[in-house]
Amino acid sequence: MKKFDYFEATADIGFRAYGKDLNEAFENAGLAIFNIISDTDDIVPAKEISFEVASEDNVSLLYDYLEELLFYHEVEFMLFSEFHVEIGDEFHLKATIKGEGIDWDRHERKTEIKAITFHKMDVKQGETVELQAIVDL
Amino acid sequence: MSIKDEIKKVRDNVYEIPGSYNKKMRASGRFYIADEYFDDLEEGAIEQIVNVACLPGVQRYSIGLPDIHFGYGFPIGGVAAFSLRTGIVSPGGVGFDINCGVRLIKSNLTLEDVEEHLDELTEKLFKNIPSGVGSKGKIRLEKDEINDVLDYGAEWAVKNGYGWQEDLDVLEENGRMLDADSSIVSDKAKKRGIPQLGSLGSGNHFLEVQIVDEIYDEEVAEVFGLEKGMIVIMIHSGSRGCGHQICSDYLRIMDKAYKNYKIQIADRQLACAPLDSKEAQNYIQAMAAAANYAWANRQMMTHWVRETFEDVLGKSAKDMEMNIVYDVAHNIAKMETHKVFNREEDLLVHRKGATRAFGPGREEVPEKYRAVGQPVLIPGTMGTASYVLCGTDVAMEETFGSTAHGAGRVLSRSKAKKQYEADDITKDLESKGIKIKATSKHVIEEEAPGAYKDVDSVVRVSDSTGIAKLVAKVKPLSVCKG
Repeated sequence: MKKFDYFEATADIGFRAYGKDLNEAFENAGLAIFNIISDTDDIVPAKEISFEVASEDNVSLLYDYLEELLFYHEVEFMLFSEFHVEIGDEFHLKATIKGEGIDWDRHERKTEIKAITFHKMDVKQGETVELQAIVDL
Repeated sequence: MSIKDEIKKVRDNVYEIPGSYNKKMRASGRFYIADEYFDDLEEGAIEQIVNVACLPGVQRYSIGLPDIHFGYGFPIGGVAAFSLRTGIVSPGGVGFDINCGVRLIKSNLTLEDVEEHLDELTEKLFKNIPSGVGSKGKIRLEKDEINDVLDYGAEWAVKNGYGWQEDLDVLEENGRMLDADSSIVSDKAKKRGIPQLGSLGSGNHFLEVQIVDEIYDEEVAEVFGLEKGMIVIMIHSGSRGCGHQICSDYLRIMDKAYKNYKIQIADRQLACAPLDSKEAQNYIQAMAAAANYAWANRQMMTHWVRETFEDVLGKSAKDMEMNIVYDVAHNIAKMETHKVFNREEDLLVHRKGATRAFGPGREEVPEKYRAVGQPVLIPGTMGTASYVLCGTDVAMEETFGSTAHGAGRVLSRSKAKKQYEADDITKDLESKGIKIKATSKHVIEEEAPGAYKDVDSVVRVSDSTGIAKLVAKVKPLSVCKG
């Protein structure tokens, strides 16, 4: 199964992330984000960060989770390439993400993401899960 | 039937969406757009003007400016004013990059003085002003110092040695909104703000050395201190991750608030709260803090620009008369008094991708510009001209003292990347005598001039409709992109 792909949004960029369940789709959303900022193939999963998020519904949970990824990217000055997500009851998420400090001599420098938007944000759950989001660049 | 069939032409380049279009509308919609662009204007953006016109307490018109395009919730290039008694505030009406704005610095230099030094100037400006994704500022704030930045804005910067006391006289709000309260800004926003203070950012943000290419209004240009052939510097930047986080924090808070207060909205990103609520008051204070961060940020970059010129040209910045012309916010909400149906009303004016364009006589305009109206700074895209205009009485009467803010994007970033090659763009600009330095080829391709609407048309419509008056055109000589 494809992990993620991108679609066009005039000023910005949108992505869809796929997974056999919600956890995997959220993990792949992490990959989609860090392939906008850089290329995850070059990011060594050397250092680990864990965080938890609680929200009121799946869409808000996706928003909060993606915002959290941006937060650690900016504050820890890191890029991430491995994502482990466990979503429990009542929209409570535990994540462990792995990456390394930014080194622009080695890491591809693509685009800064300003923020995550709610525009067309969607969590489709069927036999598999598909997430959709547009980020503000 | 298309919404465009309902729209009435008011006069050349001015259109009205009647309040009867949608029964939830509490005001009409008005937009200013080149007649020849009318057919191409996205219906989504017009629908957004209508959605804003449905919000509680909205006054007179929900407005679209000549660069209007589809945004999140509110359109970009949009203005809406709300009654302080019955209205709301919405973070979506300000945008993620709170106080994204533009500053113009003048000099007494001419092309002759800088021509031979342009390569060195470009290299050193690029080195001295951090830019691009994942860039840190050059200074490291102490944890508590971020509170002073948020509370005092450009005043903090000047007090700490970045720039001159008189700089503050020519910044919108004097570079500090008094409503700001750092104590209600989240730790996350502060943590994102600390490492990035004093950095340009990426995307459409830029630092340019420019030359005044054309003067349209000699008298006003003289008041602004501009003359043909003068070297000027333009900084386009915002509140970085700090402002983005504050916007996100309050989008989430307002997402709960609008439901609690039973406000009907057409789109989740119009989430808002009544102005007399705690949520609204907190957002206004936090937004003001982000605005202050952006003014401090541009103030610090101004200081490094002056230092770089001093280093390269071997003269002091004072000797080169590198004074600030003005500094405007493009994404902000402010309390202002405006005439509504011949009554003076206190309003909260949201400007999202819009420039304040106060006309002559307003006390908010620096004293030295008050007789002619405030300077309006409209940046072009990479390698194209930017413009200086002035505020007008027409803007006061029709657009709550507002005009356009720049060129809207017409090609998505991925399409721009497919259509343009960074090396070709760089060569093309060099053939026009423009140097460019960027952190990556991606940004050069994504920001290709052809990916944007023509800024010349945007300012022409602002000028012809009277919601600002053209004063000067500036052309880039050297461009630094993040």
